[in-house]
Amino acid sequence: MEGRTTRVVLVAWVIGVLLFLFMPIATIVLFAFDRSTVQSWPIQNYTTHWFSVAWDDPAVRSALWLSVKAGAAATFLALVLGSLAAFGVHRYRFFGREAISLFIVLPIALPGIITGLALRSFFTFAGINLSLMTIVIGHTTFCIVVIYNNVIARIRRTSGSLGEASMDLGANGLQTFRYVTLPTIATALVSGGLLAFALSFDEVIVTTFTAGAQTTLPIWIFGAIRLGQQLPEVNVVVTAVLALTVIPVALAAKLTGGGGMTRSSVR
Amino acid sequence: MKNRTFFRGRAKRAVVAIAIALPLLGAFDSGAVAASGATVRTADGALTPPTQGMTPQQSVGKGEGELNLIAWEGYAQPEWVKPFEQETGCTVNAKYAGSSSEMVSLMANGGGGQYDLVSASGDADLRLIYGGDVKPVNVNLVPAWKQLRPFLQSPDFNTINGVHYGISLQFGPNDLLYSTKVFPKAPPSWSVIYSKQYAGKITVPNNPIQIADAALYLSAHQPKLGITDPYELTQSQFNAAVTLLKQQRPLIKAYWNLASDEISLFANGEVVAGASWPYQTGQLQAAKVKVADTIPSEGATGWADSWLLAAKAPHPNCAYKWLAYISTAKVQAEQAVNYGETPDNSLACPLMNQLQKGSCDSLHANEPDAYFKSIKFWKTPLAQCDNGQDNCVPFQQWATAWTQVTG
Amino acid sequence: MVMTKEARRGREPTGVARVSAALWRRAWLRAALTLSPPLAWFLIIYLASLVVMLVTAFWTVNSFTNNLQHQFSLTNFGALFDAPIPAIIGRTVLLAALVTVTDAVLALPFAYFMARVASRRVRHALFVAVLLPLWASYLARVYAWIVILTKDGTLDWATQRLGLGSPNIAYTNLAMGIVFCYIWLPFMILPVYAALERIPDSFIEASADLGARNARTLRSVVLPLALPGVVAGSIFTFSLTLGDYITPLLIGSGSGTNLIGNVIYDNIGLANDLPFAAALAMVPIAIMIAYLLGARALGAFEAM
Repeated sequence: MEGRTTRVVLVAWVIGVLLFLFMPIATIVLFAFDRSTVQSWPIQNYTTHWFSVAWDDPAVRSALWLSVKAGAAATFLALVLGSLAAFGVHRYRFFGREAISLFIVLPIALPGIITGLALRSFFTFAGINLSLMTIVIGHTTFCIVVIYNNVIARIRRTSGSLGEASMDLGANGLQTFRYVTLPTIATALVSGGLLAFALSFDEVIVTTFTAGAQTTLPIWIFGAIRLGQQLPEVNVVVTAVLALTVIPVALAAKLTGGGGMTRSSVR
Repeated sequence: MKNRTFFRGRAKRAVVAIAIALPLLGAFDSGAVAASGATVRTADGALTPPTQGMTPQQSVGKGEGELNLIAWEGYAQPEWVKPFEQETGCTVNAKYAGSSSEMVSLMANGGGGQYDLVSASGDADLRLIYGGDVKPVNVNLVPAWKQLRPFLQSPDFNTINGVHYGISLQFGPNDLLYSTKVFPKAPPSWSVIYSKQYAGKITVPNNPIQIADAALYLSAHQPKLGITDPYELTQSQFNAAVTLLKQQRPLIKAYWNLASDEISLFANGEVVAGASWPYQTGQLQAAKVKVADTIPSEGATGWADSWLLAAKAPHPNCAYKWLAYISTAKVQAEQAVNYGETPDNSLACPLMNQLQKGSCDSLHANEPDAYFKSIKFWKTPLAQCDNGQDNCVPFQQWATAWTQVTG
Repeated sequence: MVMTKEARRGREPTGVARVSAALWRRAWLRAALTLSPPLAWFLIIYLASLVVMLVTAFWTVNSFTNNLQHQFSLTNFGALFDAPIPAIIGRTVLLAALVTVTDAVLALPFAYFMARVASRRVRHALFVAVLLPLWASYLARVYAWIVILTKDGTLDWATQRLGLGSPNIAYTNLAMGIVFCYIWLPFMILPVYAALERIPDSFIEASADLGARNARTLRSVVLPLALPGVVAGSIFTFSLTLGDYITPLLIGSGSGTNLIGNVIYDNIGLANDLPFAAALAMVPIAIMIAYLLGARALGAFEAM
């Protein structure tokens, strides 16, 4: 449908944006091989020394593991709470429904420093010590929004009569959920969950306020950046994480058909 | 499917009322938000720290296996941390803070039950002590305390009313870092960082306490202002310092926030001179960047650090083991040479020379009294001046003015 | 009629079926059970703490004892009008707006290609390419920009080779703008892509049938339908810029580059001026709530 020049322009634009997106990534990967801890261009000496340093570093391992634990817990909680909220808001009319759909977006719409400050004040006020639990609470709060958005977008596009038909055919509520509702929102849950995990894994601002002496990966990276003595090691760790996540992200993209229902099914 | 509207009328209003009232009720409780402990003002106007009455422990028990520190960049290097971990079995987790402000923020609520020790400088000490975030320490549990220089055993930045809140650690100056390519000889005066000749090539720390550096400069160059203590400034003295900094603003390339910021700035040739810590000099020279540092004729501000014990420290035994370890002559020498500061332990000098020839002299470890007095150490600007008056500018105003300076 | 045991088993409700039926009859109970966990979370943890913070903004700090004075006062809100706070607020809002517009312009053709032109495999690859940078640490990416933008960094090196001189733009507002555009771009592309992908082919065909050429179809059919996606993405770019303090810390440390985020951060440590920080925090909150209300009116909530 689009003309030939339009296609050429579009392709050029896409390539340009991709270059923009990946130039800093390329810089990170390149500087993982820099011998000098003072990172400046051009690189004088190349080495793989920092890869073994990062591999042996116990601080990196525990930070990575903590990030994975926090991300998994936050994503799980967000999946449950976000889906519940999405169904609740979509199906039932109740006082404050309009307000709720606005409020639920707040943890992502309000800047991280505000969410972080507010949460820390809450923990201090409630006498809760900062710990992994408070980190998870903080992350869950904004992960819920991501899941909510994805799930509610999906259930808005599916017909409610499917559930009714299922019940007409004799299924009880649980069976309807398992055989009819869940498959419909499955891909929304997967793509939402992936995005939520990514947000939690890389989150630093809210985590700074809700973490005690715990070091998640972004906090370790920030400390290393401050110190200025391990910058190549930071780049090594980031490169490794990137390499590890290509596969799951690609899989998820394939599963979700590129983020939503394909065009052809919507007429 | 029928959709019914729920919670009409009275039920609706009740829900809203409760949702708003609950937090408000709690909020007007005195314990809310960040107020951790109340400083009491006694009848004669003196301030009493809230934790003064807490009795410190009398013996050091078995280590808890972990230790959480808040430290300046470079204060928890593997060179001395690893032997400590092996000796005591206390795994050290260090969180780096690049400013006293961050340290105070992290230590809120007595360390939150998370942190054990903080290597605070004089400006943070008082805030932490009077905020009730740190508790008294028992110096008898720190054998090397007796080896500290006498005037550093109970200095007024960590000892209030005879009660010790911390163990003095090391001290050092905020020096002038310069590129040896542009300045073959060390600049004799701080005027280089206020000079239009180097416009766009200067850097200073992004920290309100920098106003004291300007005040120190003015105490030498504008003696009519009568500035004696750069942290106790009357409004007119304060305004003069702020004006100087506003004039400096067009000359600044960047106000550095992290030590590695300044290292990048010099390494990439963005700046040629700036206010700095000896840590940056060491890192840059190790990376073969041509820089050096000096203390110009007007003198320098500086820091005198102590390890303070958090009021809610979860690992007090490991904390005391660390205090005992870090104040020994050997470790003091290691840290001093590594960072470029002066150790507080009087027996560290010969050990420093073993690590790096001549370091005892260059870091002034053998002439502390006069040298120590020549540095104007960070202390929290309070409204109460030492001369008994109450018209000195308090730190909140320093922070506001600094935002105006940096724009 | 006598029923066999098997027949009876099929007729009498089991435990699960009983609960399910009971819930079916009582819709309010279903609503309450579905909504109370997330609502409880939000009300108790999030909204309550926001309210506490709002209350703090009306208090002051005693400059002698440094304790919070629990008395109602409007000093902090008045202080918001003292220079340079208004300039800082203006600068942050302007920067957020510019970043939003730039990202929208960058994202639209990209998302259009992804949604309507690309083949299935290319679309998957592009989707992965957009998501992948989110997994490379935000801090590391900002730090990489310092290496690129600094004096004699990658950018200078490239422009010098092209004979264009040495821009040397690190530590400026422009540098912060570039970094923000870069970091938030995936958050703009994804909702725009979702919105464009939802446009049924039949709309485009109908437009062509009615005689519109490509440009007209684009203007009158595609762009208006993509708008909710743009607005949804702009919620992210706007709010993230309004409150970020790490990018100003790392790459925006020149003079005249303070943003709302780092001024808030500067006031909660040694300065111990939590009330002022809370009052200043009200500014992005107010802006974002107004923005959200406008976005909802434009249908963005359907597009996220």
